[in-house]
Amino acid sequence: MTDIATQLAAAAPGTGPAPGAGTAIRTEDLRKTYKAPRGDVPAVRGIDLYVPAGELFGLLGPNGAGKSTTIGMLTTLVLPTGGRAWVAGIDVVADPVGVKRRIGVVTQNNTLDMQLTVTENLEFRSRFFGLGPREATRRAAQLIDAFGLGDRRKAMATDLSGGQARRLLIARALVHRPEVLFLDEPTAGLDPQTRVNLWDILRVLHDQGQSILLTTHYMEEAEALCDRIAVVDHGEVLAAGTVDELKEGTGAETVITVRYEGPVPDGLAMATGLAGRPGVAKVEADDDRIRVFASEPDGVLGELVTAGARAGLTVRDAAQIKPSLETVFLNLTGREYRE
Amino acid sequence: MTSTTPTITPPAGDAGQSEPGTAAGIAALIAEAPVPQPTLPRTFAAMMAREFRVLRRNAAGTFMRTVMQPLLFVFVFTYVMPKIGGGVMFGSAGAAGAGSVNFATILVPGLMASMLLMQGIMAVTFPLVMEFSWQRTIEDRALAPVPIGILGLQKITAGAAQAFIGALIVFPIVLVVHAAGQAPHVHVTNWPMLALILVTASLLTAALGLLLGTVMDPRKMQMLFAAILLPATMLGCVYYPWAALHQIRWLQFLVLINPMVYMSEGLRAVLTPGTAHMPMWAILTALVGGTAVFGYLATRTFTRRVLN
Repeated sequence: MTDIATQLAAAAPGTGPAPGAGTAIRTEDLRKTYKAPRGDVPAVRGIDLYVPAGELFGLLGPNGAGKSTTIGMLTTLVLPTGGRAWVAGIDVVADPVGVKRRIGVVTQNNTLDMQLTVTENLEFRSRFFGLGPREATRRAAQLIDAFGLGDRRKAMATDLSGGQARRLLIARALVHRPEVLFLDEPTAGLDPQTRVNLWDILRVLHDQGQSILLTTHYMEEAEALCDRIAVVDHGEVLAAGTVDELKEGTGAETVITVRYEGPVPDGLAMATGLAGRPGVAKVEADDDRIRVFASEPDGVLGELVTAGARAGLTVRDAAQIKPSLETVFLNLTGREYRE
Repeated sequence: MTSTTPTITPPAGDAGQSEPGTAAGIAALIAEAPVPQPTLPRTFAAMMAREFRVLRRNAAGTFMRTVMQPLLFVFVFTYVMPKIGGGVMFGSAGAAGAGSVNFATILVPGLMASMLLMQGIMAVTFPLVMEFSWQRTIEDRALAPVPIGILGLQKITAGAAQAFIGALIVFPIVLVVHAAGQAPHVHVTNWPMLALILVTASLLTAALGLLLGTVMDPRKMQMLFAAILLPATMLGCVYYPWAALHQIRWLQFLVLINPMVYMSEGLRAVLTPGTAHMPMWAILTALVGGTAVFGYLATRTFTRRVLN
């Protein structure tokens, strides 16, 4: 972990006020280790989060980073093995029912009730949350209209398209006006048009002051939607902040990567002379590639090609990535982002 | 269905297309939401209402499932067999009991017990295995504002209701379908006791169904028939009274671990008091105690299974 990342991650818990009013989500050293026959598997290794009410917060990380386990713990369906968490000021372990009353959850899987129609899915969910039958019918109609499911109201949940099912899942999570809305990979597996439509829905909800936590492995989704982001990998928060803060934190550098035909010999990275050059933050050699983090990227690529040629290495491919969440991830982990 | 919210804009432009929500409509959802007051009884009742809605929707399938088994059994054993000269009699051959009893009389309580088990398990275990499979639709209900244990109890209650109905369906069938002179001798003197036995037996099978649904590996569902349902039924005093097993002493003791025995014998005691049956205290202890033990174990394993 880089110094900046450590600072950002360390800053996160201390900056939040005490759990309670105005706080949507708060965690302290939250952990989950799964017991397995061949040794324990740590899925979440001490996560500290602070999300004020009204914020749209994103957990960004590759598949298997521990995002779903984290959301599982916050929504009371996964029992933490360490640390604490509060949602809407309520401890998720001590009072799971209290938490469930105050949250709406859009699961990653399609967990619609397949035995029921679209309308019934909304009506019964409303009734589970204490609305009378007549009120539930009214609420269901309102949700169906708002989410553009009018012509599918009598369809069975099994007959919906992927996008319709996702809209119904979101509508269903909103029946009882939750204080905090959780969405686990809301647009995974959807076509681009449907994804943008869902983004619009989330933006409207956010504008209405809805507190939202979403997980995503799409960088552009996190960038397009979230007020703040926590970058997670291997069960840990690598950095947290706004997109701009994250980019600033890692120096807003362009990342230039050159891959050679063979392994990079020791000393080649130094021999390029790039390390000492102004505007270059970091030079890393890794197996067959050299990666340069530079705020002034001009000419770097040429230097790398020349240095390789001098050492008898031809270039297989080269890439230059402008400052983005992807470069942030590269900088934090030293690895390419895998979706 | 008309909406009471005037701010909702109908889909403009491509009418008929499923447009995603309008901003105003979605904003109104937040602003005009009713304030929910969930209480445990309300949520529980809503979940039961959901079960009955699904049962009503699948009425044809449910009816087939509950009627075919007793209908065919009764038809073969009390109509076909006596007609072709293979009628079975108990008592006349020296078995324990008070005098000669026709097979229909033996079969009525046994068949009801068998229906209880079958329906209890069908109603709870099969849907549960689906809910725990890869999409984990169980999470939908698990997010309702009640403890997970209550959700387990709700599943037992719903399953017991279906088992209860399944057992009652046996009555009209046995009274109508039989060969001349083969009518069962059913004579209820203690109605509250019949109700008690039916209710506890229904709860017991549903609790067993929940336990099986949570501990069984979904990929080994076919084992359910071979390892549980078939032995429980064949060795559950469905087709013979328990007392008649005194001829095979070891088996008479062995079957005591089978909950089915107490259901069959309990129903035998209240429906056909003329037949030999186990003492009532043993039956009630097993049914009530079994319900408590299986209910406790089932809700515990269910909770563990839902919460990772």
